[in-house]
Amino acid sequence: MEQKKESLRIEIQGISQSFGEKKVLDNIQLNIGDGEIFALLGPSGAGKTTLLKILTGQLVQTEGTAKILGTDTKKLTDKEYSKIGMMLDTSGLYERLSCYDNLLLFTQIYGISKNYIEEALLKVGLMEAKKRPVNKLSKGMKQRLVLARALMNDPWILFLDEPTSGLDPASTREIHKLIFSLKEKGTTVFLTTHNMEEAEKLCDNIALLHEGNIVEYGNPKEICRRYNHQNKIEILLKNGKQLSLCNSESSAKEIYGYLQEGIVETIHSTEPNLENVFVELTGRSFE
Amino acid sequence: MNPKKISAIFQKQVKETLKNKEVLIQFLMFPILVVIMENSIKVEGMPEHYFVQLFATMYIGMAPLVSMTSIIAEEKEKNTLRMLMLSNVKPMEYLIGIGSYILLACMIGACVFAATGEYKGRELAEFLCIMMVGILISMLTGAAIGVWSKNAMSASSVSVPVMMVFSFLPMIASFNEHVKKVSDFVWSGQINNLMNSLGAIDFDMQTVLVLLANGGVVFVLFQIAYKKCGLA
Ligand SMILES: Nc1ncnc2c1ncn2[C@@H]1O[C@H](COP(=O)(O)OP(=O)(O)O)[C@@H](O)[C@H]1O
Ligand SMILES: [Mg+2]
Repeated sequence: MEQKKESLRIEIQGISQSFGEKKVLDNIQLNIGDGEIFALLGPSGAGKTTLLKILTGQLVQTEGTAKILGTDTKKLTDKEYSKIGMMLDTSGLYERLSCYDNLLLFTQIYGISKNYIEEALLKVGLMEAKKRPVNKLSKGMKQRLVLARALMNDPWILFLDEPTSGLDPASTREIHKLIFSLKEKGTTVFLTTHNMEEAEKLCDNIALLHEGNIVEYGNPKEICRRYNHQNKIEILLKNGKQLSLCNSESSAKEIYGYLQEGIVETIHSTEPNLENVFVELTGRSFE
Repeated sequence: MNPKKISAIFQKQVKETLKNKEVLIQFLMFPILVVIMENSIKVEGMPEHYFVQLFATMYIGMAPLVSMTSIIAEEKEKNTLRMLMLSNVKPMEYLIGIGSYILLACMIGACVFAATGEYKGRELAEFLCIMMVGILISMLTGAAIGVWSKNAMSASSVSVPVMMVFSFLPMIASFNEHVKKVSDFVWSGQINNLMNSLGAIDFDMQTVLVLLANGGVVFVLFQIAYKKCGLA
């Protein structure tokens, strides 16, 4: 965590949270920088939503301090709220109102032009469903509408609680595309997920949360490389023969030979995915 | 407080209620009923506009209370209220936005009663004032229950019996002396007494005190509910 202080948008220092006897978060330390896409990964019940609630001022932590945009999360005001967007673990949409009316309410609250509504609907591909009441939308459409609402005020930080949980692959891709497009604008994205692939694909940094502790932190690809104990390369040849070679100079020559002969079907490294890393760290499977 | 936010909440509530049968029926049932009853039932020796006064009192006890409770409880349950708070809508802005909508809707209902009762001049002014006071106390009671409950189910399990007590007490009191003694200390009882002397209201101390005390108690209950449960 070597970012400069000024470019930090989220700072978490020694956050602990207990509900009665139960300690849900234990001394969490995290920094998230400008324009970073960050995922908090953990199985259900790990405390992801709890941390997100603390960061957005919905819950006051038992111990520690958290700051967003330099302000203590216990003292968030208009100024900070106007710079953050949020997708909670429930939609928070007015089911009887149309997509348009749901967004209209928030343009009025933020005091911004109505023109943003159509812009936002276009961005998430809901223009056709503009007048449809929310209770007639599919789950994926609802989720995109929530995202549109979260982007309404052009936020600096976007908090997304399990944005793709329970969605079909097509809707998931749409949402990932949107999240990526935000990165180009420099928006910081803090998301929680229990989908490892999502985290691997989207994020600059991830933290693995297990029983209230962060058991691993860093760039997902680097983490996977770090846990590549076997450090082998597996090759499948066109004749069906499977080889497992050490990642060394002599193997490189051997592979080069196969490649020149044109008999290679596939080459894989034995790098684990995040799921394997999690299992190794906690001795538990993820779902 | 920001009038723009209050007006935004008000507007969304107008649209929502038009599509919410449970709340809509609260606003419409008694005004429609009174028009039908007044025009279809004429019994010899019945006091003039008997149904108007009876139903108006019941309307005050039910519509503002039940609609306020169910709107708040539903918004809590569906997390829409939390979203509003996170967009920095202040609790007071929200309550005033919703409250002014319910007040308006119920006052429109009150006008239907007034028209059916053919009130004019002083009578009309008194009638509307009484309705307004009653609606406000009833709304605040509803808000306290709504804030107290976690979801729509638990809210209606409290609001329905409370609403029954307030709206039926004055009617029962007119048949039973013992109940009347109790009813005179309850706001809906006093509202009913005022209704019965429309056009010649001479505010006595007890009426004013009972209304103030009831309003005060409800306000304190609301404050406790709010401190304990918050809005979101
Ligand atoms: N308000 C609360 N009171 C008591 N326990 C809670 C509360 N909120 C969350 N918890 C508990 O904290 C744990 C973590 O919950 P949560 O943060 O929602 O997990 P996640 O979002 O990772 O699935 C769960 O065991 C949950 O039961
Ligand atoms: Mg969660």
